[in-house]
Amino acid sequence: MVERRATLGILAHAVMILGVVIVAFPIYLAFVASTHTSQEIVQAPMPLLPGGHFWENYVAALTGHGGGAGSNAPVGRMMWISLVTALTIAIGKIAVSLLSAFALVYFRFPMRGVFFWAIFVTLMLPVEVRILPTYKVISDLSMLNSYAGLTIPLIASATATFLFRQFFLTVPEELVEAARMDGAGPMRFFKDILVPLSKTSIAALFVIQFIYGWNQYLWPLLAATSEDMYPVVVGIKRMIAGGDSGNEWNIVMATAIMAMIPPAIVVIFMQRWFVKGLVDTEK
Amino acid sequence: MASITLKDVIKRYGSGPKANQVIHGVNAEIADGEFIVIVGPSGCGKSTLLRMVAGLEEISGGTIAIGGRVVNDTEPSERDIAMVFQNYALYPHMSVFDNMAYGLKIAKVPIDEIKARVDKAARILELGQYLQRKPRELSGGQRQRVAMGRAIVRQPQVFLFDEPLSNLDAKLRAQTRLEIQKLHNDLGVTSLFVTHDQVEAMTLAQRMIVMNAGRMEQIGTPEEVYHRPASTFVAGFIGSPPMNLLSGRADGSRFEVAGQTLSLPVAAPRAGDVILGVRPEHVELSQARAAGWSLKVEALEMLGAERLVYGLLGDGLFTARIDATLTPPKVGDTVTLQVTPEHMHWFDAATKTRI
Repeated sequence: MVERRATLGILAHAVMILGVVIVAFPIYLAFVASTHTSQEIVQAPMPLLPGGHFWENYVAALTGHGGGAGSNAPVGRMMWISLVTALTIAIGKIAVSLLSAFALVYFRFPMRGVFFWAIFVTLMLPVEVRILPTYKVISDLSMLNSYAGLTIPLIASATATFLFRQFFLTVPEELVEAARMDGAGPMRFFKDILVPLSKTSIAALFVIQFIYGWNQYLWPLLAATSEDMYPVVVGIKRMIAGGDSGNEWNIVMATAIMAMIPPAIVVIFMQRWFVKGLVDTEK
Repeated sequence: MASITLKDVIKRYGSGPKANQVIHGVNAEIADGEFIVIVGPSGCGKSTLLRMVAGLEEISGGTIAIGGRVVNDTEPSERDIAMVFQNYALYPHMSVFDNMAYGLKIAKVPIDEIKARVDKAARILELGQYLQRKPRELSGGQRQRVAMGRAIVRQPQVFLFDEPLSNLDAKLRAQTRLEIQKLHNDLGVTSLFVTHDQVEAMTLAQRMIVMNAGRMEQIGTPEEVYHRPASTFVAGFIGSPPMNLLSGRADGSRFEVAGQTLSLPVAAPRAGDVILGVRPEHVELSQARAAGWSLKVEALEMLGAERLVYGLLGDGLFTARIDATLTPPKVGDTVTLQVTPEHMHWFDAATKTRI
């Protein structure tokens, strides 16, 4: 905006504040709910200020002593499962896509075009579409209820491969040639030049993929059948028993708040890199 | 240090009947320690030829030998050469020191020696205080020097330069040209330097190769190329403004060109269709009606020390360059043009080669 008028500024701020309130209020409400007893929450009107049961609710959630009608699996364990799967998915995706993009851009091998299009086509087939055959494969390999079963089907990523492919295509040809003159072999070039140059893209992808992995719901719902392999997102759902049975909403909300924390930390700490990776091309 | 031998070097893209041949058999013998400039218009194949010596392009035919060793199938890093790229190709994420040291690190040179060699190169190139900086924190001229430093530290047998000055401004270019010359005097490494700029070619070359459309038109010292151009292409390419080329019919000392007959001071070397070349700087103009050719002045350009006179010789355009201290003719005047026989270049009209 070129013009800087007071009324416009006030209006702009009003709109922004309204937006923030709309987004933040439910989260605040969840936090408030997680600090009361389950009886207090179900009263009408619901309290709007934090109560005094913060500590005991969170400890109960983490250790699994909720006593609600749904699942009472300890959230601590779930958070750990979620963390491991999200990290494995994010790091695995980046590693696999870096290498496949490297192969696609820098090597001439037979059927390169076929591989390129094969990867491209998988973009059109999200997890949900191929979920039954994937489930069959994973269960035949008896990988259900294991970290491998939770992560491997989600690691292959056409999107990340394309992102890196596009980035590699912008790396000047002269740099490749200079490395050849310096005697760097392909893997040396990859390790010493390509990966350091891609670090901002890697950071951006890490953020996106960590959150993607953390928020996985449908696949873990199928692949994790035992309580001790639930990631936290599935865990929340399992805590809520259907029908009119008495749910410990305070514990559920405490779990939801805790489930939000790791992705928030990743975003906050990697925000600078994330933005750089999306806008900046350091060459 | 080493000699370079190019023998019937051919470059072809694709194969079979659709193949596109871009270098048509180049032969050259480059002595140890020589500074050779390859010059030509864009698309003449000069960079391709250099990249074939570097090993970045495959050689489709013929052989390239460095120091007597045929390198057709040798990896670039094993040819004992170093190259300075047009855009410098510095690794953006590495410091100046690491940029220069990278090749040596891969070659597993001991760290003490790497440090000694980089420090020495940095001293020669006055980069000492920039060793810890990243390329993006350097100016264009400094980056260019880092690129040269990267070549120097490898202590190669041959330096290859691919238009290394084209990204610098005019002042810096002249300065760097002198630095390259000095560097070559100090190190005495055989160098191949590609450029499209004839000033760079003339000033840097001990011998120069003039290329056109994938063929080598001439190889020789700058003096030879200037004073005895081997073809009309070389005559037109080297020299600014270019040589006047008059196509006509010669018969003894008569030369019919552009609808008029000129009398020559000496007989033409051959009768029939020929091309007469005269450099703009090798003519004398006089306003008196002396014996000579008449030139009708069309336009004038003042360049400072010199003045360009554009005129019509019969129906053909002719350019003359005269000392700016002389009284210039006026537009519309007819002046007399005199050329001495030793400044006349004769070319065959069909083959365009020197007679």
